[in-house]
Amino acid sequence: MSGSDQGKGADVLDAQDRARFEQLVLPHLDAAFNLARWLLRNRADSEDVAQEAMLRAYRFFRGFHGGEARAWLLQIVRNTCYTWLEKNRPVELMTEFDEELHPQPSASPESLAIASDNRERLARALETLPPRFREVLVLRELEGCSYKEIATITAIPIGTVMSALARARQRLHRALTHSAPQEASRGL
Amino acid sequence: MGCETTRNVLHGYLDGELDAARAAEFERHLETCRECANTLGAEESLRSSLQRSGLYEHAPVSLRKKIRADLDAATLSPAAPRIPAWRWLAVAAAIVIVVGLSWFSWLRPIKDSASTAPFTVAEIIDAHVRSLQPGHLTDIASTDQHTVKPWFNGKLAFVPPVRDFADQGFSLIGGRLDVLNGQNVAALVYARRKHIINVFVFPTREPDTPIHPPGLRQGYQWFHWRHQGMEYCAVSDLAASDLRLLAQLLYQ
Repeated sequence: MSGSDQGKGADVLDAQDRARFEQLVLPHLDAAFNLARWLLRNRADSEDVAQEAMLRAYRFFRGFHGGEARAWLLQIVRNTCYTWLEKNRPVELMTEFDEELHPQPSASPESLAIASDNRERLARALETLPPRFREVLVLRELEGCSYKEIATITAIPIGTVMSALARARQRLHRALTHSAPQEASRGL
Repeated sequence: MGCETTRNVLHGYLDGELDAARAAEFERHLETCRECANTLGAEESLRSSLQRSGLYEHAPVSLRKKIRADLDAATLSPAAPRIPAWRWLAVAAAIVIVVGLSWFSWLRPIKDSASTAPFTVAEIIDAHVRSLQPGHLTDIASTDQHTVKPWFNGKLAFVPPVRDFADQGFSLIGGRLDVLNGQNVAALVYARRKHIINVFVFPTREPDTPIHPPGLRQGYQWFHWRHQGMEYCAVSDLAASDLRLLAQLLYQ
């Protein structure tokens, strides 16, 4: 948790901190929950982890010195999610970036026709991606984060956000094409 | 610029993250490269599918309540200073008077309006704040009520009343689907000067109420009312008097 100094007294928060937290951080609860939901892939676990992350954020709140509250909170949420995954589903974290070894052609038009507005299929395809691809897509497309915010939240250098997104989108196209061979053959 | 080098740049362009010079360079490349133009189109439709398919998952109300309880527990209540007994008596008397007065003056409005609204003020404010984040404000951006109204067709089980009040200083700028307390609602988006106003609309079986006195929270004003089978909540950082004007226009 970079930038959060849990110094002496960090746990002692008063009514003023509470009011400030309510105003700056709590409005981003949906963002926190949504990120957890897509990283953990189910709502029940996400509720627990979002709750834990929010309380951690509160305890570290004196270490927040202004700036983007959403990115600050999501960074904590993401860390809490990964800690949870390491403990409860370590296998999921073992899938690594393998794009360099298996380059894929870029977006196929078929995958898009299939995908259009089909929530279930999109959700399933997104869930098949490794967490590190999933999170950049969720942050960019659902949360509307800038590259700078994505870099802060996911702790990757800002210069690599663009290529991470390029690869994540490529993976999503591939997952969509694979998930629906029957529709693809209809030649939509 | 060859296609190899543009493969990533295309994404920076799509995301609006290139500086002006690189964006212009990429646009020149697009004019001559059909493959990149196709890819860009494909990526744009993937994006719009992702954004329109309702993948965003909102936090349940129960979670919000649990978190508020956690925060309360982790907050130090101010240490009580030593106060002489006679002051306690004065404080107690003051409390009795204040409680009595507020009970008397607020009984009616609370009974017939806000307390029975199927959502909390926090939800309304959160939905408003969320809509102000980049790319969240409108699903359909249009100043034409005849474009915005049909857009809701098939997306909701009711037809929200969509009207533009540009002549009265409230321009319709679009509409959006939103979720309040697990219920799909229509959000109509108006602008007055630089202020954004969200009007949440959804059906109700409750009888009509007048426009409820304003609430103020975190700097946002909100008005709530029911009219002809629809429940309305208007929220904005506008002054209460301005927001009331819009509420009255909608009520007519």
